[in-house]
Amino acid sequence: MAAQIRVLRRRIKSTQSIKKITRAMELIATSRIVKARARVEESKPYAEQMTAVLTELANNSALDHPLLVEREEPKRAAVLVVTSDRGQCGGYNAGVLKEAEQLQSLLREQGKEPVLYVIGRKGVNYYRFRRRKVEQSWTGFSEQPNYENAAVAARTLVAAFMAGSDDTAEGPGEDGVQGVDELHLVYTQFKNMVTQTPQARRMAPMEVEYAVDTVAQPGGEIEERREEAVAAKGELQSLYEFEPDAETLFDALLPKYIGARLFAALLESAASESANRQRAMKAATDNANDLIRTLTLESNQARQAQITQEISEIVGGADALVSTGSES
Amino acid sequence: MAAEMTVDLVAVERKIWSGQAGFLKARTTVGDIGVLPGHQPTLAQLEDAGVVRVDGTDGTTTTLAVRGGFLSITGDTVTVLAEFAELADEIDVAGARAARDRADTSDPDGAAEAAWANARLQAAGAAE
Repeated sequence: MAAQIRVLRRRIKSTQSIKKITRAMELIATSRIVKARARVEESKPYAEQMTAVLTELANNSALDHPLLVEREEPKRAAVLVVTSDRGQCGGYNAGVLKEAEQLQSLLREQGKEPVLYVIGRKGVNYYRFRRRKVEQSWTGFSEQPNYENAAVAARTLVAAFMAGSDDTAEGPGEDGVQGVDELHLVYTQFKNMVTQTPQARRMAPMEVEYAVDTVAQPGGEIEERREEAVAAKGELQSLYEFEPDAETLFDALLPKYIGARLFAALLESAASESANRQRAMKAATDNANDLIRTLTLESNQARQAQITQEISEIVGGADALVSTGSES
Repeated sequence: MAAEMTVDLVAVERKIWSGQAGFLKARTTVGDIGVLPGHQPTLAQLEDAGVVRVDGTDGTTTTLAVRGGFLSITGDTVTVLAEFAELADEIDVAGARAARDRADTSDPDGAAEAAWANARLQAAGAAE
């Protein structure tokens, strides 16, 4: 009996310390969501200006940059999967990885070979466990990405994309590097505190979309803006001077645009990760509370049972003494 | 009223500086450019690592190191778009000096790092 109480007390104690940890993680995650969303806001001016500049350039140069042109026979497609470095974030990684699997099977159906690039330790482990080849991976910044992280990944991807332009069906082209013909991105879109959805987007060649999206969302909004600009051309066309010429500028700007878009996606993923973690940890804390309540009840019952038993033993003993005393 | 223009210095991660200015100086890939209010609309690519100086209408001068920057002038607004930018007084001079000495100038990445460290030192007014 006493042993049972001891076991229960020990369990209560360990549940309480787990609860402290999950509660702390919940609070950290909450503050990180706020920070990540603030950073999304801070990165918006750049994205807006970038879009404005590109729109202007698009009107003044031929749209024949490799990043804008569909390859005739795409064979290899890069898939960049953005996952988290740590677990304890509910279904966050599972959602992204599932979306990535779907995209890959879709690409295979279209006769393209997916090439994996992974951000985040969880994704790396997922593919390593399944013995799938990961072309390159970057880890250690999923919760608080900075632009440098995005720029490094973007440079690698753009380089692979450019290297792919001369590849033939048999293998690498003149440059001897097997590149890719398409760039895809799988990340988690942060809609609001309760909804985050895994999304697959194509980064290059840039898609012609007419979505009425806001600028910070990775998507084909240049094209949309371009349509507007063309419509307004009749009344007003600003006569820009370009230094150096428009084509060179365009070439220099597009990779940076991809970098900025990737950075926006990383920030959104970070916000989503924190939101998922906050929810998971809140659920864990609530469960710990429930468990503590049940265990406390049980231990109280056990204690009461022990007391009752002791009393009845004493009473029983006293009765026995009284009855033997009266007989003697 | 003196002629003035609105200047926005925008880096990818945040807006660095914004205000009214009478003069802006930067170096593009094809040469130095000085911008006064009423400049012709221009788009220019700045040096990979360079220094931008802005003379505010309130008499202050803002200097900053800019990496991977572009300059866009429309009407009375001048925008500097940069991958990275640091205000002169935020620059870690010792760190930049160490980065410059550490950088291996024989490979392109190292040379870019060294150029960036130099630009930071120059912006901070600590270049030899």
